Amino acid sequence: MALLEVKNLHTYFHTMDGLTKSVEGVSFSVDKGVTLGLVGESGCGKSVTSLSIMQLLACPPGEIHQGEILFQGDDLLKKTPDQMRRIRGNDISMIFQEPMTSLNPVFTVGNQIMEVLMIHKGMTEHEAKEKTISLFQDVGIPDPARRVDNYPHQMSGGMRQRVMIAMGLACDPKLLIADEPTTALDVTIQAQVLQLMRDIKKKTNTSIILITHNLAVVAEMADFIAVMYYGRLVEYAEVRDLYGNPKHPYTHGLLNSIPRVDKPKTAEALPAIPGVVPNPYNAPSGCKFHPRCKYAQRKCVDEEPPYVLLPGSDSHYCRCWFPVQD
Amino acid sequence: MSKKNIQSENASRNIPIITEEDVNEALPTYKPDALVACHKLRKYFPIHGGLLGRKIADVKAVDEITFQIRQGETHALVGESGSGKTTAAKTLIRLYDATSGDIFLRNFKTQAMDNITHARGANLRALRSEMQIVFQDPSGSLNPRIPVGDIIEEPLVVHGVKSRKERLERVVNIMEIVGLRAEYLKRYSHEFSGGQRQRIGIARALVLNPKFIVCDEAVSALDVSIQSQIINLLQDLQGKFNLTYLFIAHDLAVVRHMSDTIGVMYLGRLVESAPNDVLFNKPSHPYTQALLNAVPVPDPTIDRNKAIIMGDIPSPINPPSGCRFRTRCPKVMDICKEVSPPTKEIEPDHFIACHLF
Ligand SMILES: Nc1ncnc2c1ncn2[C@@H]1O[C@H](COP(=O)(O)OP(=O)(O)OP(=O)(O)O)[C@@H](O)[C@H]1O
Ligand SMILES: Nc1ncnc2c1ncn2[C@@H]1O[C@H](COP(=O)(O)OP(=O)(O)OP(=O)(O)O)[C@@H](O)[C@H]1O
Ligand code: SF4
Ligand code: SF4
Ligand SMILES: [Mg+2]
Ligand SMILES: [Mg+2]
Repeated sequence: MALLEVKNLHTYFHTMDGLTKSVEGVSFSVDKGVTLGLVGESGCGKSVTSLSIMQLLACPPGEIHQGEILFQGDDLLKKTPDQMRRIRGNDISMIFQEPMTSLNPVFTVGNQIMEVLMIHKGMTEHEAKEKTISLFQDVGIPDPARRVDNYPHQMSGGMRQRVMIAMGLACDPKLLIADEPTTALDVTIQAQVLQLMRDIKKKTNTSIILITHNLAVVAEMADFIAVMYYGRLVEYAEVRDLYGNPKHPYTHGLLNSIPRVDKPKTAEALPAIPGVVPNPYNAPSGCKFHPRCKYAQRKCVDEEPPYVLLPGSDSHYCRCWFPVQD
Repeated sequence: MSKKNIQSENASRNIPIITEEDVNEALPTYKPDALVACHKLRKYFPIHGGLLGRKIADVKAVDEITFQIRQGETHALVGESGSGKTTAAKTLIRLYDATSGDIFLRNFKTQAMDNITHARGANLRALRSEMQIVFQDPSGSLNPRIPVGDIIEEPLVVHGVKSRKERLERVVNIMEIVGLRAEYLKRYSHEFSGGQRQRIGIARALVLNPKFIVCDEAVSALDVSIQSQIINLLQDLQGKFNLTYLFIAHDLAVVRHMSDTIGVMYLGRLVESAPNDVLFNKPSHPYTQALLNAVPVPDPTIDRNKAIIMGDIPSPINPPSGCRFRTRCPKVMDICKEVSPPTKEIEPDHFIACHLF
């Protein structure tokens, strides 16, 4: 049984500008010990998907319109707020992009982790402090016994992100959702944090959903990749399959158009995907990628393609009438 | 170095210039096709403190950097956050006054390199039209209450293009060139997507026909698919107008694609500079190697067990003695603590500041 199974999730927002279907029919599953990379451009619905799983959406304006979120077989959407709070503390935890907004500036970083441990693990203050210091050690914060008494602003961005990871790991979660955990960091610090997450996964066998717009970061981290576009999953595959054999024209186009640090400079222009992501309040007909797709045909304009397993594969999914031929 | 006050033939830029020999004296490896250059450029920011607000220390944001950019080429500055890239660029284009050192810009009338370090008044205004900057956050630099056409037109007004008709023509023309439809003239910046806003920023920078443009993280905040479009636009414009770029970006993949030469900064110092292929194929400075090792590659088949550099960049207020990188350098030696490594040219156009060389 999968640890997490998201089935046909639809999350909508009712706003002054109208209804926006931010997540539309998303299905995927994450097994124990697996890292899933969820990638896509700004606004495609990555964060809304993870907030739906955590049930941290503000409703209204948000609404989980349809779907099931099975965690160890139980539908999280049927849980009471109290039950959900316990699951969030113990079983699933989340790391956000900007640690400054999720750390409270008026408490020391140590206190914030200790509080989690005291509430969710019933530890005494002394036990919680010991555990926090050992967590800081685990995430590579130098001089942990002194650092626990720091306030967030006294730490560098990389150190704050380590604190967030320590907090995410405090209760030994089964699933860690990391939403752009390294986007605000320098590449050197990003490499440190990614290495840390790999080490943790090896040691604890925690499942991870890593959300990012960076196709290079997920290539290094994930076992499976899910690509989102305009609220939908458009492709899902094992990592080597996705990079080696992308089938959706969007994935294919993106991988071809990004500059690469491991390839020499050429005089040619990048084969960029033309156009922009459609307006969230005004969806194009048929395939949502058709206005930008070089393979688009009449059928693509008329009918939205289903998200299906590709013939001959047991793990490569694609949402396209005319998958790219190799 | 003697600075002779020779009147430039260019009426719009009557700044004191120096002769070629003087430049050669200042820049031993001065290139005849350079467009901009700086020599031992420093920019310190004073920190005030205490009851009297006296100066208590300096942030040594840029500390004795020397480089030059050939006309029509792109020079990139890379390095971790806080290494001084933006400060170097803003000092170079005279948005900040240099603490010391010299800045040179080619004068196309005389073909000489003018020393523009201390240009003032009308000269400085003339320089503003020759050197422009495009920032990272397109929305932060665009006034939301002013229509896009007026935003792009503003530099023309400031620089005294009197005819309303001429201004409008130039605005429409530049909008077309950067891929914005002329019917957008009256719209406000918040009605545009991130990529379009960056096009507006580029249009405004280009409207005065500058020769030199600083792109400070100009494509960094853009979506993956839009980033490629804007990179192509910048390269296209470079070819069309023979522009020279100083390109600042934290994404080394973008830097490899865009630049002809690269300077690597660490805590206000230039630790290595080299042509593109040399820097990426044969990085020599331990910091450059660490930086390149840290860059993720969109290929899951490559080896993930790379040497990762530990620690954070130290404070520029009180940088480490000797080599500033020594607190994180895997190859640190005794001498590194005592002596600041001098810059050496280890092969043509390849400069490095490290005691290993
Ligand atoms: N509270 C909200 N009210 C209205 N619309 C919202 C709200 N939160 C998200 N949305 C919309 O849902 C869509 C998906 O947003 P989401 O934050 O999931 O994108 P994302 O993929 O995480 O993007 P990014 O890479 O920028 O973080 C967007 O169109 C966004 O405007
Ligand atoms: N106006 C200023 N006053 C005081 N200190 C400044 C000022 N501008 C920059 N600094 C300091 O100078 C140093 C270099 O900053 P700079 O912005 O040039 O770095 P950068 O390489 O552009 O970094 P980033 O990648 O974050 O943009 C930093 O320590 C910064 O805090
Ligand atoms: S369904 Fe058609 S338009 Fe959509 S991605 Fe496939 S080929 Fe392109
Ligand atoms: S000078 Fe010494 S500390 Fe600095 S980079 Fe070279 S070897 Fe490392
Ligand atoms: Mg998000
Ligand atoms: Mg900067």
